[in-house]
Amino acid sequence: MLSDYLPIVLLLVIAAGFAAVNLGITHLVGPRKPNPVKLSPYESGVPNIGDARLRFSVKFYLVAMLFIIFDIEVVFLYPWAVVFKDLLAQGTFVFTEMVVFLGVLVLGLAYVWRKGGLEWD
Amino acid sequence: MFEIDWNILLPSLVVAGLVLVVLCVDIIRPDNKGGVSGYLSLLGVGVAIWVSLSLWGRSPTHGLGGMLFLDNYALFFNLIILAGTGLTIFVSTGFLEREEGGRSEYYLLILAATLGMMLMAAGADLIVIFLGIELMSIALYILVGFFRRRTDSNEGSMKYLLLGAFATGFLLYGIALVYGSTGTTNLREIELAVAQGRVYTHPMLLGGVALLIVGFAFKVSAVPFHMWAPDVYQGAPTAITGFMSAGPKAAAFAAFFRVMVASLGDLSGDWSGAIWMLAALTMTVGNLGALSQRNIKRMLAYSSVAHAGYVLVALVAANERGIAGGVFYLLAYAFMNIGAFAVIVALGRKGDENLEISGYAGVGFRHPGIGLAMTLFMVSLAGLPPTAGFFGKFQIFSAAVEAGYIWLTVIGVLNSLVSVYFYLGVVVSMYMRQPVGQAHAVSMTPFARVALLTASLGTLYIGLAPTSLLQMARQTVSALL
Amino acid sequence: METAVFYVLATIAVASAVLLVLFRNPVYSALSLVATLFAVAGLFVLLNAYFLAAVQIIVYAGAVMVLFLFVIMLLNLGHSEALESTVGRYRLTGVIFLCALLVAQLTAVGTRQLRGPVAENEALRTENVQTLGKLLYTDFLFPFEVASIILLVALIGVVVLVKRETPETT
Repeated sequence: MLSDYLPIVLLLVIAAGFAAVNLGITHLVGPRKPNPVKLSPYESGVPNIGDARLRFSVKFYLVAMLFIIFDIEVVFLYPWAVVFKDLLAQGTFVFTEMVVFLGVLVLGLAYVWRKGGLEWD
Repeated sequence: MFEIDWNILLPSLVVAGLVLVVLCVDIIRPDNKGGVSGYLSLLGVGVAIWVSLSLWGRSPTHGLGGMLFLDNYALFFNLIILAGTGLTIFVSTGFLEREEGGRSEYYLLILAATLGMMLMAAGADLIVIFLGIELMSIALYILVGFFRRRTDSNEGSMKYLLLGAFATGFLLYGIALVYGSTGTTNLREIELAVAQGRVYTHPMLLGGVALLIVGFAFKVSAVPFHMWAPDVYQGAPTAITGFMSAGPKAAAFAAFFRVMVASLGDLSGDWSGAIWMLAALTMTVGNLGALSQRNIKRMLAYSSVAHAGYVLVALVAANERGIAGGVFYLLAYAFMNIGAFAVIVALGRKGDENLEISGYAGVGFRHPGIGLAMTLFMVSLAGLPPTAGFFGKFQIFSAAVEAGYIWLTVIGVLNSLVSVYFYLGVVVSMYMRQPVGQAHAVSMTPFARVALLTASLGTLYIGLAPTSLLQMARQTVSALL
Repeated sequence: METAVFYVLATIAVASAVLLVLFRNPVYSALSLVATLFAVAGLFVLLNAYFLAAVQIIVYAGAVMVLFLFVIMLLNLGHSEALESTVGRYRLTGVIFLCALLVAQLTAVGTRQLRGPVAENEALRTENVQTLGKLLYTDFLFPFEVASIILLVALIGVVVLVKRETPETT
């Protein structure tokens, strides 16, 4: 059972190890001769003004929320797809119920669209 | 294999369909101001009331995989909730126009909250009750913050969201522990498991019950879980404040009563002490808090906390008379409180809502009709005869005496006396204070007049001829006991 | 073997949850929360709750965390001194409360009051998603449909709160 997850663990270990090893090697091997110009964010000589941490526009929030809501919708589709054939043998309600569920959310999508929620301005 | 009993679903289906219809209006005309949606909503609420009434009196059933009840208890609460929604829509039309906040989403959200409340009243499974609470709460969070340009509206919405989400966590954890100890979330099966002692571990069940009480106590704004109420009531658009104090409170009590009495009634020895404390604290803190308020919305917020305390007394008593009294009182409260908020809306003007109680000076003579209505609501909230409030309180307190809770009754009656002071303070201000500044014209839309008239007549009718409604309330009890 | 994995995952979960509170930079805190969520997903796998583990990663570690990071950037919470002053006053109360909770939990678990025989459910272990799907789409059909309305209301709420009311007049 648990050994089924060995590839995933292996992947995680390799990914983390690759990053750590590379960073470690460059840290150890690479030459370091810092000077103020080199340490500035843009070595091209463009002087930096202000802070890099700008306040993001609230529009990103709209996009992120829409993403979450439809993400959850998709999560519901996954077990439905798994049991669809089994339940279809007992009647078509398994199809109808998902049509209703998706129908409500499609109406929601149409609403967002018409309200201009999918446009940036 | 899967039979759907459409009768059970019908009341919620009407409202759910209404939500989608109003949504379609928005899809077809995205820039509408909500006029059509308002009429549609009123029509739909009327249909839902008719459906609920026509299903009245049947033998109680449950269906949809044991998810929903169809009994008089649920139907009676449907009537309270739908009456609250209908009155709010009547009040809202003119209010939204004045504040220039008219958008059809407003009605959509009110209807969605209504659907959530109906599921709370009819839910036969903790999952359904939880989903109902969430549906109602999410819609209310948005409605409280509906006037985006007003900072107090935003502040109220934010506080409500944060504390509400916290309370939802408690409720969900309680449901999880009850499920863990009984192996089911179905209310009837929980009742059976408790009665037959098929409980995994008793401390776990009690922990779950305690967390459920915390979650529900927050939703009914019982002390010490009431901190959100004053700020949220003050910040929310006034029509929404009235809405929140009637329907959502009644629905939260509907679920609270059903879960505690019907499912966990065998454990009442364990929980009634906790509810006793909650009731005593809620009445006292609510009324004392209201004493010092100058803002009328804030005063009514504390008053709504105090009224939650009175209904909790009915839950402590948990006998036939108590439950009937509590249910009856919630109906009476919906009428008188929405009526009071309708008056507040009527006396406000664009840009100046005129919320200080001192600003009500002279209203009684300038606008006799409004003054008379407000006096009626205040007298009723204070619980003086011959109004609805008096009769409801009388039922609850006599039930508590019947169940042997003399001290709680004494605390309740003393609290009622205290409350007379601040409710009549509004009346005194309207009739006996010299008005400062010149009079402002009050323009009420016909809809607002209808709302005010309905609320006044309802309050009077429930107070003067309570027999038939009390009879209905008594018929709901069999669902629980 | 399973016990060892459990302790590794539990340690990661608790440690990153503690770090989440201790980090001064909210972005670090958010990333630390991602680590907690992943470790908890691993714990779900140990309990044979595969679907829940997948949902935990897709919805929580994926979507919800994106929202967290967005909000941190929306509010520009680079500097948390503002939070410091309000939290500081309640710190002692919070610590006492949490310690009391910890003691209560430990005694409850220690005295074995909350334990008992656990019924092994073979179907849940081998056909986790099927079992869950059948339950969800037959017995719990009604709550499932209600969930769609809740999602719809959330959708509308976002648009109401974020979108300009009348684009043409602004």
